[in-house]
Amino acid sequence: MMIFTVISWILAVLVIAPAIYAVESKDLLSAAIAAGFADLAAAILFLVLQAPDVAITQAAIGAGITLAVFVYAIRRTERWEK
Amino acid sequence: MRRAIAAIISITIFVILTYFFMMGTAPINYTTGGHYVNPIDHEHSNQSVPQQYLKDSKKDTGASNVVTAIVVEYRGFDTLGEVTVLFTAATGLALLVEELKRKSMPKENPNFIVKIGSVVVLPFIVVVGTYIFIHGHLTPGGGFPGGAVIASGFLLLLLVQTNKGLPEKKLSATESVAGMTYALIGLLGLVLANEFLQNYLPLGTFTYLFSAGIIPLIYVAIGFKVGSELGGILHNLKGVHEE
Repeated sequence: MMIFTVISWILAVLVIAPAIYAVESKDLLSAAIAAGFADLAAAILFLVLQAPDVAITQAAIGAGITLAVFVYAIRRTERWEK
Repeated sequence: MRRAIAAIISITIFVILTYFFMMGTAPINYTTGGHYVNPIDHEHSNQSVPQQYLKDSKKDTGASNVVTAIVVEYRGFDTLGEVTVLFTAATGLALLVEELKRKSMPKENPNFIVKIGSVVVLPFIVVVGTYIFIHGHLTPGGGFPGGAVIASGFLLLLLVQTNKGLPEKKLSATESVAGMTYALIGLLGLVLANEFLQNYLPLGTFTYLFSAGIIPLIYVAIGFKVGSELGGILHNLKGVHEE
């Protein structure tokens, strides 16, 4: 139970810290990558919380496809936030 | 002429479906309150809803994955709605980026490591995605995760073939056929078992691949549909290089 709590806290930090960075960053490309990292940590968190169905979807959609969609959108517009 | 034929066909289908709906639906007893039987106050059950799902899903659906049993069997109509939402989003995006797609993008050379690595990794990604949606009624996963994994394989293909897109017409044909398959399986349920998306195939042996009636068929259709739809979204966003 102790180990479970520690892992949950570490994963919670790994989800929240990149999310805050993604909101605050002026570089949209690194913000998108940070959001993808937060999604990946959330996928591992779902796996720890025994929801493998959601974990598979979150890893494929969140960390894979959403990141690609953001990067393609940034390539068509501008990289730096004004 | 073609429009008249299409109108006649759709009116005929509407009349037939309305007839079957009228035939199939049992007379509703409004005196007991409510339009439907809510599991919470089901007469021969004093259990909560999750316990009832865990207890009855094996007998009702034959699927060993209870999540799939709920998503495809008990709440199959909602899943059809979700698939429609995804289809609408993909169509709207295709309309929006139609103009952008014609603008030619600068020519790029693929990264060497990505190019060689994709040859090794791509077959495994496709096989894992296919496994996830074929075994959706047995192990965690299903049509949506499997289709998303296959779409990430498409993404790898787009990253390698920097100056080419995906075969757009084949993708949209796959998507249409898969969507129609889902609807047709549901309509066959209306004809054969009196309810839309009702199971009409034998349940088979529990935990075997060929079990759980129509659930594997529906999940294969959803897997193809989601994979081709997300692939189409990525293809549209990327844009095609023109010489």
